[in-house]
Amino acid sequence: MSSLALALRPLEFFLTQYKRVWRGTAVTSVVTPVVYLLALGVGLGVFVDRSADLPNGISYLAFVAPGLMAATAMQMATFEASFPVLAAIKWDRQYHAMLATPLRVRDVMLGHQAFFAFRLVLTATVYFVVITAFGAVDSPLGVLAIPVTVLVGLSFSTAIAAWAAHTKTEVTFIAIFRFLILPMFLFSGTFFPISTLPTPLEVIAWFTPLWHGVTLCRDLTLGDVSPDDFLHLAYLVACVTVGLLAARMTYRKRLVV
Amino acid sequence: MASGNGHPLIQARNLVKRFDDFVAVDGIDFDLQRGEAFGFLGPNGAGKTSTMRMIGCVSPVTDGTLSVLGMDPARDGVKIRGRLGVVPQQDTLDMELTVRENVIIYGRYFGIPRKQLGARADELLEFVELTERANDKVEPLSGGMKRRLTIARSLVNEPEVMLLDEPTTGLDPQARHVVWDRLYRLKRQGVTLLLTTHYMDEAEQLCDRLVVMDRGKIVAEGSPRDLIERYSTREVVELRFDDGSRPDDLSHWTDGLVSRVESLPDRVLLYTDDGDAASHGIHERGLVPEAVLVRRSTLEDVFLHLTGRSLIE
Repeated sequence: MSSLALALRPLEFFLTQYKRVWRGTAVTSVVTPVVYLLALGVGLGVFVDRSADLPNGISYLAFVAPGLMAATAMQMATFEASFPVLAAIKWDRQYHAMLATPLRVRDVMLGHQAFFAFRLVLTATVYFVVITAFGAVDSPLGVLAIPVTVLVGLSFSTAIAAWAAHTKTEVTFIAIFRFLILPMFLFSGTFFPISTLPTPLEVIAWFTPLWHGVTLCRDLTLGDVSPDDFLHLAYLVACVTVGLLAARMTYRKRLVV
Repeated sequence: MASGNGHPLIQARNLVKRFDDFVAVDGIDFDLQRGEAFGFLGPNGAGKTSTMRMIGCVSPVTDGTLSVLGMDPARDGVKIRGRLGVVPQQDTLDMELTVRENVIIYGRYFGIPRKQLGARADELLEFVELTERANDKVEPLSGGMKRRLTIARSLVNEPEVMLLDEPTTGLDPQARHVVWDRLYRLKRQGVTLLLTTHYMDEAEQLCDRLVVMDRGKIVAEGSPRDLIERYSTREVVELRFDDGSRPDDLSHWTDGLVSRVESLPDRVLLYTDDGDAASHGIHERGLVPEAVLVRRSTLEDVFLHLTGRSLIE
């Protein structure tokens, strides 16, 4: 309990900092979904729908939109938890300022994650409004894709923050973006069902949090939920939990010396 | 002289900090009384910062005992930190926020209500003469201003003890004097100051009492005056020689005139209670250095005597 209350104080810092830049991010969070949906949902969608054999005869727009929503959260969370976390440890050292006060390492870690959650809620909400406006949401259950998207983001922000607190230099982030995040973006069921992948790749895709997030978001916006969706949800919750534990460990190792 | 009423504010017994094989603090003892200005003087790597970090409850004690404000840092870190004011060696200000926002958000870390913080921030910025810069970003401020802001920020929780780790390292002489002046005022207001420094003038200016640290150990303790009296003479004659003109054996020139001779690569130091008489004496014996300087003894001489090395290498 008290742990969570103390985590609100670092959150206040990150929000104060965010107040300076929110306008830019607000524009990005509207423009990004519009551009993606125009290009992929509408543009590419015309071709896909002509030869369509998507399940239940849905449009490509309706297929790709919820996937993009989850995938965007992954990218944002990864970026936010990489450089800024290392900066707060190494360059700008804001964590050290916090730790000289009553705040503890876990408050600092949770406070930063709370800020990522806040950003994710805003981004996911805007994304949802945009895809709804594009007519890509078929069910009122679709609104639940917002919290699911936040969970997808948090599975990445916790794991990446754990890594950022461990790594000595920022060069590893570039490798993560290129060799983990980009392939996940492309091959986790966002743009096409993973059943079309060769079996080994399909198996790998099962383990990515993004695939579970994309599938769950899609089932919700299409109103096509099944008991499997609880497994997807459980998987995401497990990822966030493991990520938090890992972050707590690496933060402590880095900051308590 | 600060006299403690009851328990010392901070007490260390056989305090040790080890990093893997490296021993940064090697079994030190000290007591800090309320209202005192206490210093750790020593060169870089002496273990000063490690000691400060343990006192500040951000670095666990490896061995020995440490009590801060009567509490155990391992158990009561949160409570202790709430009553300390920390000025770290490296600034941890947020460059993107304004001067005032930096103070306010730091106050929020202590849970001080926002309503109180506005007035307090203004008051503190006034104290460190940053009122005019209150709404500017931190990034373009000079090093001295940033230091003053860090000091203002550390006072936001009205701390009982201030921990200052090399408060003026890297500042120009003018900026250092402004910082010293502010710390001196705090001291007069009764704030207990604990500082580390490798500047002997800083230690002499601010400290009622200090310990000299070298390689993780305390090698001497006392007031600046005490230490100079105990380990040095009243005055020092510094001799500099042209290349090649420095005699190999100085004893012939100095015997009976001075109490001790310290030979450094760039100069020779003669320790004596009467510098003028000594410099006159060696001149009469026919030794003519390129330059002669008579000065008072400082803590630098104490340090040199105790460790055989200079404070700033």
